[in-house]
Amino acid sequence: MINFPTSSFPALLVALPIFLAILSLIFRINRRAIIGLWGSFLIGILALVSFIEVIQKGTVIHILGGWEPPLGILLRMDPLSAVFIGLTATIGVFISLYTWWYFRAREASKGRFPLFWPLWFFLWAGLNGLFLSNDLFNLYVTIEIITICAVGLAVLSGEKNALKSGLRYLLAAIAGSMAYLFGVALIYGSTGTLDLEHLSEVLKPGKTTNFALIIITLGLMIKKAAFPFHFWLPPAHSAALAPVSALLSALVVKGAFYMMLRLWTEVFEVSLTFAAGQLIGIAGAAAVLWGSWQALLQTNFKLLVAHSSVAQMGYLLMMFPLLIIAPGISSDSANWLSPAWTAGIFQVISHAFAKSSLFLSAGIIIMALGHDRIESLRDLVAWMPMTAMAIGIAGVSLIGLPPSGGFMAKWMLLKGVFLSGQWWWAPAILLGSLLTAGYVFMLLRLAFAPSREINHFRSVPKSLQICALILALGSFLIVIPAENLIQFLEGSESFGSGIQSIVKGGRYGNE
Amino acid sequence: METYKIYSITSVVLFAIGLGGLFLAKHFLRKIIATIIMGGGVFLCLVSFADRDSLSYADPVPHALVITGIVVAVTAAAFALSLARRIHKFSGEETFTDEK
Repeated sequence: MINFPTSSFPALLVALPIFLAILSLIFRINRRAIIGLWGSFLIGILALVSFIEVIQKGTVIHILGGWEPPLGILLRMDPLSAVFIGLTATIGVFISLYTWWYFRAREASKGRFPLFWPLWFFLWAGLNGLFLSNDLFNLYVTIEIITICAVGLAVLSGEKNALKSGLRYLLAAIAGSMAYLFGVALIYGSTGTLDLEHLSEVLKPGKTTNFALIIITLGLMIKKAAFPFHFWLPPAHSAALAPVSALLSALVVKGAFYMMLRLWTEVFEVSLTFAAGQLIGIAGAAAVLWGSWQALLQTNFKLLVAHSSVAQMGYLLMMFPLLIIAPGISSDSANWLSPAWTAGIFQVISHAFAKSSLFLSAGIIIMALGHDRIESLRDLVAWMPMTAMAIGIAGVSLIGLPPSGGFMAKWMLLKGVFLSGQWWWAPAILLGSLLTAGYVFMLLRLAFAPSREINHFRSVPKSLQICALILALGSFLIVIPAENLIQFLEGSESFGSGIQSIVKGGRYGNE
Repeated sequence: METYKIYSITSVVLFAIGLGGLFLAKHFLRKIIATIIMGGGVFLCLVSFADRDSLSYADPVPHALVITGIVVAVTAAAFALSLARRIHKFSGEETFTDEK
């Protein structure tokens, strides 16, 4: 790990958002938005420069304060984390732009939420830190920063519903992080190290490791609202302000997914079985079906989009059973690993773009109508063509129609499912797409339907609508550099690697 | 070795009490206290690992981790308390379910 070229970008990626957050706290409310807007551009540029650095040099590391691990903290930026950081920066800049106009547009009546910008920058620092971390405890600290900032943002409006769902979110997240920390304690107790690299060498299979794996996975599943633990997500995401919902849905839940991906593929190889992967896959399939079905039943736009988040996160979980390969088979000969990884990464990216666009559109509609009941979307196409187009495009990406990023993700997932012989996931994937098509077309049908009233939409700044539309288009544009992106990701050690499962009871599973 | 076992069992029991309380308790305060008890169990477990067979002195890493963990837990609990207080002030509600 020390052999990689050193670079100061990983440290800057965490330090700059923290600095901007503190700076924005010092200034008065009027200036904060300016710092926020330009600061987010600055972080965006920094992320771009460090992305280029990783393209040129491959994996780079930064040793904080010159203290080498195991004593010190090492930040690692490999292609996989570079992609996540780049995604965070891209979505983050557009959401910052949107927020700037959003607060200016509603300034007169409802106040400007002075705490938004500091919390958002702390959240950004936490996300970047999470993607760069290379030890278990650092991951814990960053995910706690993310949680507390995320809840702080979710309750920003100060309304009763937001406060209640925020408290529910916070309590669920605390339980999740305590479970995770318990697992970390057990691993430290049995190995004496927290470094991911070192752990993959010294961790031995056994009861302690199994228990630690189970409890860490459960903790992370609460954090990312996987199927049995999704109860906190729809109320929290739908009660927040529009730009905050977009942040929570597009970026925050991806943090826990990234952690789980890293830990499963790099640390816990020694104690994963075929059944463990199947269990996660079942949770994912259940989330896809249940979330999509619930979304179909909603009458409020934001609740619909939030339930759809539960479903789309389910697709990410269905990547895990494919990663587990039979003992004795090398990762190179298992030809379904590459599609499975591609599916996972593209699902993360396309969902982040599409879902942030949908939530931003929801904010525009609330601004225009004063509420978000679906039946009053009638005649949207005539009066707000850009927003209608954004909803349509983002919806198409969620369904997975070609040539969207969502299509790429679902197609690759299906390909992986059939190549690996685990055909039983295919019905869930297809049925999920069908249900998604159901709720997206329900929205579009109303948007095209004529209305009895004449223009009941209040005017909304064009700039807000452009932000939402660009993000929606983004979920299509990511398909263009797909091949280069996959090539770049293959520079990462874990990308495309499988998890050699251990044999339990003399059986691997589907042999 | 015996004391070590006592610590481990106590920490698991505390964690289970906290987890049970979080789901079974209705009142916000009880739920928040339950998360603090959960944290107590985890920190006890972590700090008891400082006594390692291979070292003649106490391992400092778990202490550092526990201190960080306590800071995080206190912050989260304070945040949760202030949220609960605000909800009570607005609506007089003390539980998630609407009926009293």
